Amino acid sequence: MNTVPWIILCAPLAAAAVILFVGRHSKPLSAGLAIGSAALGCVLSWWLFAQPDPVAPLKFYWMDFGEALRIPIGVTVDHLSKVMMVVVTTVATLVFTYSLGYMKDEEGYWRYFAGLALFLFSMLGIVLADNFVMMFIFWELVGLSSYILIGHYFKRDSAADAAKQAFIVNRIGDFGFLLGILFLWAATGTLMFGELVGRVGDFAENPIYLTVACVLLFCGTVGKSAQMPLHVWLPNSMEGPTPVSSLLHAATMVAAGVYMLARIFPILKEAPHALDVIAWVGGITCFAAALMATQQDDIKRILAYSTISQLGYMVLGIASAPTPDVSLFHLFTHAGFKCLLFLCAGSVIVGMHHEQNIWKMGALKNKMPFTFVTMVAGSLALSGCPFTSGYFSKDLIIAWAVEAHPFLGWLSVATAGLTAFYTFRLLFVVFLGKPRGEHAKHACESPAVMLVPLACLAIPSLIAGFPAIEKIFFHTAEPGRVPAFLHPVLLVLFAAGVGSAYLLYRGADKDPVSIPFFANRLYIDSGYAWAVKNIQDGGALGLSWADRWIVDLFVVQVPSKLAWACGFVLRFLQIGNIQAYAFFFGAGALGLLYLLIFR
Amino acid sequence: MPTLANYLIVSGLVFSIGLAGVLLRRNILIIFMGLELMLNAANLSLVAFSRFHLGQDGCPRYNAQVLVFFIITVAAAEVAVGLAIIVALYRARQTTRVEDLDTLKF
Repeated sequence: MNTVPWIILCAPLAAAAVILFVGRHSKPLSAGLAIGSAALGCVLSWWLFAQPDPVAPLKFYWMDFGEALRIPIGVTVDHLSKVMMVVVTTVATLVFTYSLGYMKDEEGYWRYFAGLALFLFSMLGIVLADNFVMMFIFWELVGLSSYILIGHYFKRDSAADAAKQAFIVNRIGDFGFLLGILFLWAATGTLMFGELVGRVGDFAENPIYLTVACVLLFCGTVGKSAQMPLHVWLPNSMEGPTPVSSLLHAATMVAAGVYMLARIFPILKEAPHALDVIAWVGGITCFAAALMATQQDDIKRILAYSTISQLGYMVLGIASAPTPDVSLFHLFTHAGFKCLLFLCAGSVIVGMHHEQNIWKMGALKNKMPFTFVTMVAGSLALSGCPFTSGYFSKDLIIAWAVEAHPFLGWLSVATAGLTAFYTFRLLFVVFLGKPRGEHAKHACESPAVMLVPLACLAIPSLIAGFPAIEKIFFHTAEPGRVPAFLHPVLLVLFAAGVGSAYLLYRGADKDPVSIPFFANRLYIDSGYAWAVKNIQDGGALGLSWADRWIVDLFVVQVPSKLAWACGFVLRFLQIGNIQAYAFFFGAGALGLLYLLIFR
Repeated sequence: MPTLANYLIVSGLVFSIGLAGVLLRRNILIIFMGLELMLNAANLSLVAFSRFHLGQDGCPRYNAQVLVFFIITVAAAEVAVGLAIIVALYRARQTTRVEDLDTLKF
């Protein structure tokens, strides 16, 4: 019983190891091992979820320095991690299966599946971790597997650069995360989540310390969950294969930041100022990313910005609601419908022979009817159409946000309208109108192995939000004082978003709206490029000057020239007469003797 | 009855003669003999110190005399090596005069 979590955790690692060594000889073996380990994890996770009793944790010490520092490797199996395990393994199984079709003719097949299995292992490690060090280790492993998978087509410069950028930007956030962990450890002497919660009272005299520690921990979320201002890596990570974007960069990995906030929620609650910071970052991210999404032309980038925006909702929800279940509910429904949308986009991309510009697509409704229907289901859920899963979870977050932070709450209400607009802009341009290119004319439906996962995800996208299902997974709460007109306003905004998208983009051949400010992602990416080019390169120039004129001159050149000059003078003593040398030696010995005795 | 000072004066004289031989003579064999003189001067002073520095039981301190035996042994070995080098040098250069051996310079 208490070994089951370990089996779920280690099966993908074993699969990754075997694929690494023997996978290159056999495509079916690589895929079979990866899918098998994910499916095993999925079945066991659901079984574990159905167990009413808490599972006794099994743990061992990885590092043991007596009382000073003990770092265990152990698992927490509580309701939070059970739900997350179910989400991760189920989505992973579907995406792994979908990859069979998507990656059929790609090179590096075994490398791809080994990377996916390694990712699954790392993600489950984050979910199951019972202390900060273990979570941090797996946090970095997730970053590594993300790097490997984004850079899958590493022969393409843009993919290699995107992988590097994702890794470096994540490292910036992780640096804060590590500092936060050290802050908490320095104050309480423990790294276990369970013990930390009981020690929050230690900070009563010094609330600023706790606030700083929580904000630093939140830096980890900012990096991993792509919040402003570290969101730039996520859209670029779309250079990876589409199933990777779906699993890592939409459904599970980017949700790790939100999961971490939920894990430490009892601590965060004691630091209201830190929660304010979190709320503002989440709210601004949610709105700004939606603005950027309205003007993108790449099908995957639109979805990437929408992911950032939805993650902003979750972060805002963590900061606003009294229980993390509100955000986790959205994480849960979002994992379903965003994964579905990406897999649909992958299906479209395969059908279009790897064309990703939506303005070269069009009229795919008749060519790819199954993909169209499932994509509609996903889009409805994303834009919060009544009685789909996104409607229930997003409206709950918005209601809490309106109550806790009115300004950010109404910003997120506006975002809901923008979400409906950009989602249906994508849908209308890609599937309606007329074909805008040769590929669009000859597109065809994807194979069944790709369509089955779409169907499996479309159903939960539509129904997973109903209260009957929600009760099984979460214990959310409705805020007490919600303005009566909030839900009607959201409905009107949904209708307005869909309607304006229909009016603007039905039958359009090119984008009728052009807002360079949004299309250029609010100039944040260019700003970073400028900063790297001018500030970092300027600093490098200064350092190079210091190296050349201070280190080289005073530390290297001057002593070397001095030694050379001394040698030049002293070599006139080398006259070649052995008796002269003996005389110098004797004189030196006498001199030393004189100094020793008479001074 | 000679005193410690007499022995030390003799030892110093022998050392000076050896040093002068090393510094002033031109034949490398003579220089070598000068070196041996200096070693024996040191031995003489050690034995003299031992003889005139009695322990509490009225016997000399024998440590110094044992050291002298070591020096004699090592000196014998050193002579063997030194003479071998001189023979080899003579075969190579056909000379034992140090003025002709002046290539060790810049």
